[in-house]
Amino acid sequence: MAQPTDRKYSRTHEWAMLAGDVVTVGITQFAQEQLGDVVFVELPAAGGAVEAGKACGTIESVKAVSEILSPVTGEVVEANAALEGRPELVNQDPFGEGWLVRVKVGTGALDHLMDAAAYEAFLAEEGH
Amino acid sequence: MTHHELLRTPLFDCHVEAKARIVPFAGFEMPVQYVGVMEEHKAVRTAVGMFDVSHMGEIDVVGRRALEFVQYVTCNDASKLVPGRAQYSGLMTRRGTFVDDLLVHKFDDEHYLLAVNAANKDKDYAYLCAQTEEFTHVEVNDRSADYAQIAVQGPKALQVLQRLTPVTLGDIKYYRFVEGKVDGEPAIIARTGYTGEDGFEIYLDPTAASGLWRTLLEVGKGEGIMPCGLGCRDTLRFEAGMPLYGNEIDDTTTPFEAGLGWIVKLEKGAFLGRDALLRQEAEGVGRKLIGFAVTGRGIARHGYPIWYGGENVGVVTSGSHAPTLGKALGMGYLPVELATVGTQIEVEIRGQMVAAEVVEMPFYRRAR
Repeated sequence: MAQPTDRKYSRTHEWAMLAGDVVTVGITQFAQEQLGDVVFVELPAAGGAVEAGKACGTIESVKAVSEILSPVTGEVVEANAALEGRPELVNQDPFGEGWLVRVKVGTGALDHLMDAAAYEAFLAEEGH
Repeated sequence: MTHHELLRTPLFDCHVEAKARIVPFAGFEMPVQYVGVMEEHKAVRTAVGMFDVSHMGEIDVVGRRALEFVQYVTCNDASKLVPGRAQYSGLMTRRGTFVDDLLVHKFDDEHYLLAVNAANKDKDYAYLCAQTEEFTHVEVNDRSADYAQIAVQGPKALQVLQRLTPVTLGDIKYYRFVEGKVDGEPAIIARTGYTGEDGFEIYLDPTAASGLWRTLLEVGKGEGIMPCGLGCRDTLRFEAGMPLYGNEIDDTTTPFEAGLGWIVKLEKGAFLGRDALLRQEAEGVGRKLIGFAVTGRGIARHGYPIWYGGENVGVVTSGSHAPTLGKALGMGYLPVELATVGTQIEVEIRGQMVAAEVVEMPFYRRAR
């Protein structure tokens, strides 16, 4: 599967896309396929702090609960309110309308993350 | 248990071909979903789905004292069965708790077939064998390897399956079974299921299973038949308020506590657990299984604590988003004084108290 090249990726299958000093965060196509039908998303409130590699919310599919690990450190400026009524957007459009949070970050916040090619290679390595 | 020790059903290759997600379950490698739990769930509620349930256990009880034996180990009244009838029942401990829940099928007075949970099959078989020591003229045989089982479930199950059998399926009433050919192969066709929908469970020779599986997919195409995994099997039975062994019932719960008093026939004579159940009937139960709706935000899951008035009063036995009803529901045990519809409770969801309300069960009942 082709990964969008306009963003970066974590080893736990979140993506982060920078615009100005705000990063939009979501989960990848691969992650949503693994989760199955998403029925509930719990996100941090605006103003809250998130830390790279730490849980910042949960996604629940019909059968399972999964933590969302923030790919970046910063302050939440917006959570995707659309997911409250339509959590299935995470399945239908994980790289677009199914985004999770927007986070205000400092410089170099994405440096530790993989680019699309590296993430693709990582998925292949993991046997997917 | 390590991965290579897992068993496979005769339909394993079909599941792999269909790109099912395979998980270990009850010692088997089983499909948990094909395209997705929601879509599969919906297929069963609105059209027809098919499940590989070959992992389930089948145990024969045969011999002159077969009926007497079944009466002794189970709590329901097997003497009420006539040949070709099935009965939901409990395999009981002396404490009146569940070794397992099961379906008792009567072929004749000297032959009963017990359909038991996969995860409990070895335990059940050992338990039954131990009980035969007090009986002559009865034999218990584990026939699980001799049967594959395919469940065809949903409002269009009859219509689809009818194309493959000369048996008039409409004549098989609910909880009855016949022996007949399906797709040219000898089978037991039972009008039973674990979904809350109409449907059939077909027991057949393992070598014939993949042929029937493929044929069903083909002849059910027009009705939108879908292969369905264990994921939606669970959400379907959950909405229909059917207990799952290991969740709602186990060897610490009695049928009375689980709302299954209707399968206890105390007047039928001696049986394992009868004394304990007589006592409980006289004294009343201390706790009861209830259904609840989460009114706050979140989904209750198995094992989450239930709170009332600042006290931990119970535990969630099953909890899920209910696909047909579109909301988060759960089942759990509550002290009997709180086990009434309308009681406002809280479920502790990962450290947070979330409001919930006791509601009627089952959550879903099909229109007949």
